[in-house]
Amino acid sequence: MKGHGVEESALVRILGKWDPLEREAFRKKTPNLFIEDKERHFQRWDDHYARLLKHEFVRFKNTVLLWSMHPWERDARLVKEAIKKGKTSYGVLVEIACTRSSEELLGARKAYHSLFDHSIEEDVASHIHGIERKLLVALVSAYRYEGPKIKNEHAKSEAKIIYDAIKNAHKKPINEDDEVIRILATRSKPHLKALYNHYKDISGKNLDEDLDDIRFKEAVQCLCTPQIYFCKVLDSALKIDVDKNTKKALGRVIVTRADIDIKEIMADYNNLYGVTLPHKIQETAKGNYKDFLLNLIARGSN
Amino acid sequence: MSTLRIPQPVPPVADDCEQLRKAFAGWGTNEDLIISILGHRNAAQRKLIRETYFETYGEDLLKALDKELSNDFERLVHLWTLDPAERDAFLANEATKRWTSSNQVLMEIACTRSSDQLLFARKAYHARYKKSLEEDVAHHTTGEFRKLLLPLVSSYRYEGDEVNLTLAKTEAKLLHEKISKKAYSDDELIRILATRSKPQINATLNHYKDEFGKDINKDLKADPKDEFLALLRSTVKCLVRTERYFEKAARLAINKRGTDEGALTRVVATRAEIDLKIIADEYQRRSSVPLDKAVAKDTTGDYEKMLLAILGHDDV
Repeated sequence: MKGHGVEESALVRILGKWDPLEREAFRKKTPNLFIEDKERHFQRWDDHYARLLKHEFVRFKNTVLLWSMHPWERDARLVKEAIKKGKTSYGVLVEIACTRSSEELLGARKAYHSLFDHSIEEDVASHIHGIERKLLVALVSAYRYEGPKIKNEHAKSEAKIIYDAIKNAHKKPINEDDEVIRILATRSKPHLKALYNHYKDISGKNLDEDLDDIRFKEAVQCLCTPQIYFCKVLDSALKIDVDKNTKKALGRVIVTRADIDIKEIMADYNNLYGVTLPHKIQETAKGNYKDFLLNLIARGSN
Repeated sequence: MSTLRIPQPVPPVADDCEQLRKAFAGWGTNEDLIISILGHRNAAQRKLIRETYFETYGEDLLKALDKELSNDFERLVHLWTLDPAERDAFLANEATKRWTSSNQVLMEIACTRSSDQLLFARKAYHARYKKSLEEDVAHHTTGEFRKLLLPLVSSYRYEGDEVNLTLAKTEAKLLHEKISKKAYSDDELIRILATRSKPQINATLNHYKDEFGKDINKDLKADPKDEFLALLRSTVKCLVRTERYFEKAARLAINKRGTDEGALTRVVATRAEIDLKIIADEYQRRSSVPLDKAVAKDTTGDYEKMLLAILGHDDV
C-alpha cells in the first residue's frame, strides 16, 4: 500500500498466473493483508487494507476523469467534495479560490450552479460553521481586479494593519478580524504581492510564517507565492505513509496545473528539494497512474 | 417591460450620428433633437450609435454630450447613453464616494440585477476604475453596513427556480430567532440574504409570514430611526419585490420637497428597459396618478422632456 497507484502489469504478469495453491500460499504469507479465520479454516481480506488497495486501484481512474473534465467542472467538483469531506479538506477550498484567475474561479462558480443547483458561496456558508467560515466564504466570492495597477501607499498601510492584527492575535483572533479578511479577500494579487514585500520589511519575516491559522497561511501562500505552495503540497503528498487526503493532492495538483504553470512548479521543486519531480514520482508511484502523471508533466513542460 | 417607444423602421445609425453631430454644431445645442433620437433608441441601438459616432468623428459621444449639456438633463443623458454594465459600475463607484444614501444604491445594484448583470457590472468596474468593486465597498464601508454590503456585491446567486421547502422552513425559523433577539447583523441572517437564490429567499419569507403571522419587514421595523434596519428592509424588498421597491423609490423622489432628481434619474435610466412599465403601473395604483403626469408636474425643461421620452410619453 506504500506509494501511489498499483503496478497493473506486475499484477497481470504474476498474480494472473497463480493457481489456487499459489494464491493460498500468498494469503498465508501476508498476515498483515489477510486474516486467518482459524475456526472456519480460510483466510479473508483485512477490510482496512482491502479499502486501501481499492483507493490505489481507483487512483488512475479518478485522475483520468479529472483530467478529461472541463477545468470549470473540475474545480466545481473539487469544491463540492471538499465541502462534504469537512475540515481536513478546507485547504482545497483555499487552493481553488486563491490560485485560480478571476475568470477561472468565476467559471467554477458557473459550473457549480449547473451541477449542483446552488451557488458555491451558499453551500460554503451553510455547511461550514467553524471560525474558518468568514475567511472561506469571502475567498470563494472574490472577483479580483486582474490588472497591474496598484496603490503602493495602500499596500504599505495594509501591511501594517495586518502586522498589528497579528501582534494582537492573542486578544482578537485573526479569524475575527474583518480588516484582515477584507484585505485578503478583495485586493488584487499584484497588490497583495506588494503587501507581502512591505510586510517583510516591517516584520523581518514572511507574512505566511507569522500567521498561525493554517487557512490564513495557505491563503497568503496561494495568493502571493502559488508555485512554492504547490511544491510544498506535492512534497507532502510524495512522502511515505501519508493519509489519503494528502496523497490525493498529487493527482489534483498535476492535473490542475499541467496546462498552467507546472514548468515553474517543477523548477521551484528542484530548487527546494534537490530532486526533480519526475524522479520523485518515478520512485513513489506505480503502474498506469505513474505513467499518466509523468506524461501530463512532460507535455506541460514542453 | 420596457417603456421605450422606438420608431419603426429604425433610422439608419449613420443618420442618427449625423443628426446628433448637427445637434452639437454651432452656438447652442439642439436638445430636442438629442432627446428625439437618444430617448427613442434601446441599449443595443445606443451602443451602435456610440461606436459609429466614434468611428465617424473620432470623438466619444459621451464626451461631446458632457461638453454641450448641463445639470440634471446632462446627468440623465449621460447615464442613459452608458451601457447597462458601465452605468451600474459608474453608479456604484459614485456610491462608494459619498455618504448614507450611497449604501442604498450599492445594495440596490447588488440585489435588483440578475447574477450575470451584476457580474458584468463588476467586470466593467475593473475596466474603468482599475480595481474591483468589492475592494472599494470593503474599503469605504464599515461595521454592520460593510458586513451586509460586501457579501451582497460579491454574490453570484444560483438563478434556477428550484426551491427547497424544508430549507425554507428551517431558515425562516432562524431568521425569526435572530430578529427576536435583535441580532440584525448576525452572520446567519446575512448569510441567508446574501447567498441564497431569490426564489429560495422568497419561499423562506413566505414561510416566515405563514408561520409567524407577520411580514418580515414589519418585524424589522423595531426602530424607525435605525439606518441599518432601513437598509435591511430595502434589501429584502429588492430581493423579492423589486418593482414595489422601485415604485417607492420613485414616489419618494417625486414627493420630496423639490424632487430628488438623482434618485428619479437613477430609477428611470436603470429600469426603463427592464420593468419600468410595471413600476409605472404600480405607481399609478399606489398614487392614483400616472407616473408620467407626476413627472411632468414635478420636473421642467429638457430634463422633463427626456424623462417623458424614456417613459414613452412624449408624443413625438
